[in-house]
Amino acid sequence: MTTKQDIQRRSERELIIEAGRTEKQYWKDLWNYRELFYFLAWRDILVRYKQTAIGIAWAILRPFLTMLVLTIIFGKLARFPSGSAPYPILVFAAMLPWQFFSNSLTECSNSLIGNAGLISKVYFPRLVIPTSSVIVSFVDFLLSGAILLGLMAWYNFWPTWRILALPLLILISFGAAMGTGLWISAMNVKYRDFRYIVPFLVQFGLYISPVGFASSVVPEKWRLLYSINPMVGVIDGFRWAILSKDVVIYVPGFILSMSLVTFLFLGGMWYFRKTERTFADVI
Amino acid sequence: MSDTVIKADNIGKKYRVAHKKHAPYTALRDVVAEKAKALGQRIFSTFNTLSRDSSSEDFWALKNISFDVKQGECIGIIGHNGAGKSTLLKILSRITEPTTGRIRINGLVGSLLEVGTGFHPELTGRENIFLNGAILGMSKSEIKLKFDKIVAFAEVEKFLDTPVKRYSSGMYVRLAFAVAAHLETEILLVDEVLAVGDIEFQKKCLGKMQDIGEKEGRTVLFVSHQLFAIRTLCQKAVWLDSGHIVKMGPTFEVVRSYEKKVLQSPEKSSSIVKRRSADVKNKTFYIGQIEMLDTKDENTNIFSYKNSFVIFIDFLGECESNNFAVEFRIYKDSGEYACTGVSNLLHDISFQKDTKRVRIDIGPLILTNGKYNISFRLLAGMRILDIWNDACSFHIIECHPFALRREIKRPVCVIQHTFCAVE
Repeated sequence: MTTKQDIQRRSERELIIEAGRTEKQYWKDLWNYRELFYFLAWRDILVRYKQTAIGIAWAILRPFLTMLVLTIIFGKLARFPSGSAPYPILVFAAMLPWQFFSNSLTECSNSLIGNAGLISKVYFPRLVIPTSSVIVSFVDFLLSGAILLGLMAWYNFWPTWRILALPLLILISFGAAMGTGLWISAMNVKYRDFRYIVPFLVQFGLYISPVGFASSVVPEKWRLLYSINPMVGVIDGFRWAILSKDVVIYVPGFILSMSLVTFLFLGGMWYFRKTERTFADVI
Repeated sequence: MSDTVIKADNIGKKYRVAHKKHAPYTALRDVVAEKAKALGQRIFSTFNTLSRDSSSEDFWALKNISFDVKQGECIGIIGHNGAGKSTLLKILSRITEPTTGRIRINGLVGSLLEVGTGFHPELTGRENIFLNGAILGMSKSEIKLKFDKIVAFAEVEKFLDTPVKRYSSGMYVRLAFAVAAHLETEILLVDEVLAVGDIEFQKKCLGKMQDIGEKEGRTVLFVSHQLFAIRTLCQKAVWLDSGHIVKMGPTFEVVRSYEKKVLQSPEKSSSIVKRRSADVKNKTFYIGQIEMLDTKDENTNIFSYKNSFVIFIDFLGECESNNFAVEFRIYKDSGEYACTGVSNLLHDISFQKDTKRVRIDIGPLILTNGKYNISFRLLAGMRILDIWNDACSFHIIECHPFALRREIKRPVCVIQHTFCAVE
């Protein structure tokens, strides 16, 4: 069903292949392959819940149970303060970005290796693969968001105008997840060690990020140092937007976190693009 | 030129080959260890200039490759394993970068380097069609449009909603090929994907490929080890050997010289075959050796069309009956029965029990190009004394009447031959 016009139009596309010359076509290709983002993400979601009895309910159950455990340990046993918000909401507001970040990291780290067959046999912008992994995690994020709404309704907890900042914050957490994911996925192609580092990183990160507790628990003099963890800024931002007015953002820390997120994202992009051309040879 | 769609200029691809038994990827600890070693070596290199890094070497998978492809041409790429054929396709389809050189491509490129890339076993046939199509570069609307055709081609209508992990392997490759075959790009790169499925389906695939080249006028680059397929599909061929172009031109010329070269390499052809002892356990009378000669009495197993040749059969053991007959059958390498000859039924010749050697004159060979295997039987009446399947093989090259672009279906035939005993 290729018409003559079609051929004419396509023929105008001239492609030049040369060492080190993929730059120009790359972003155009990325646009041409936009449907592949969707298809790969769709595949991963579909596959994940195939042959499970409760299916997609796992996506809701897992964060809910984690929240329960964290609330019991930090809220009930350790008795950390939660301000005016109920402890489960305090925990869950932080768990949203954290789970998004940690899931993205886990999915990304193995994404390229898991699709080795594709990479060595078909051309498409490699950026599609880790990005789809992040998109999959984002779907989980949205499902978890539904739980948060449920929790807020349960506690009759109403957000303020600050909730309007949420889309921006989501974008920032996207940047953090994507940036780190790009680094890890690209490094993992060459150094398979990263597949052992990531689970450790994710487990460790849950405790050094302010997920189970408010970051105000950390003594003032350590706050800036603490913000070296870029997730601290992201999580604080989420709490600031969702919880009531008594959450104060520690500005220097937030700026530090944000610059680190930007650095991670741009650096990740740069490193990925740099190593991408050798993926098919190395994988 | 406007009708040149691919112009490759001096392409080269260099790989670094590690001599040590390395995994294909590096582990961080190795890098750290290597760096430490290198540092150590640098310190000591003033004392010992010989300690240079010799653990890796450059290897050129392709070098100085230049060619032009015109609109609508179908080009076959042949060569040994490791000649660089697949690397060339990988470079053209942008999976990997060339180290040197420049390629200009006009038009959309689709590549089929493997059948079923991206198929996921957990997904159903329907889902996999969409996924695989998207991976190959089709848009969703395009796949929807071709969906019914794909399903009909693959003959999997009933199993569309079954996960492909429950498919038979035949169904799996049929579906995979069907998706790929409906990829509509102006330039198609195909790597050895026709050798899938049963004979029937292979023919269907070949037919589809022919349509793509001839009816739709698209440009095709085609890698295959099946010279028959190359002959059928391509007008031009390129012969690659260890990264260089050996010959380029009309298919029949290139393929002929390739065949000659390949068959002349000594390990490929053996015109004297000895029986393995494991074959003759519990046999009292059997064929011990086969020798093939051309009409000039030279040992060979490569013949041209209409050549004649001679086979000497040596017998071992004691024959229990008074006389016996010899039968031979010639099979195509693909297993099809080509022709036969029997001493007693066709010539009324039986050999005395003490015959030690028999000569068979076979030919002229009215067989098409390719490899043929010969099986032998020794018969005493209706009793089979010995069977030696695929005892030896020969090749037919330069088959002019059949160097056409279509397959000629030949029935099993009895070819001209004579038998006689040798004292």
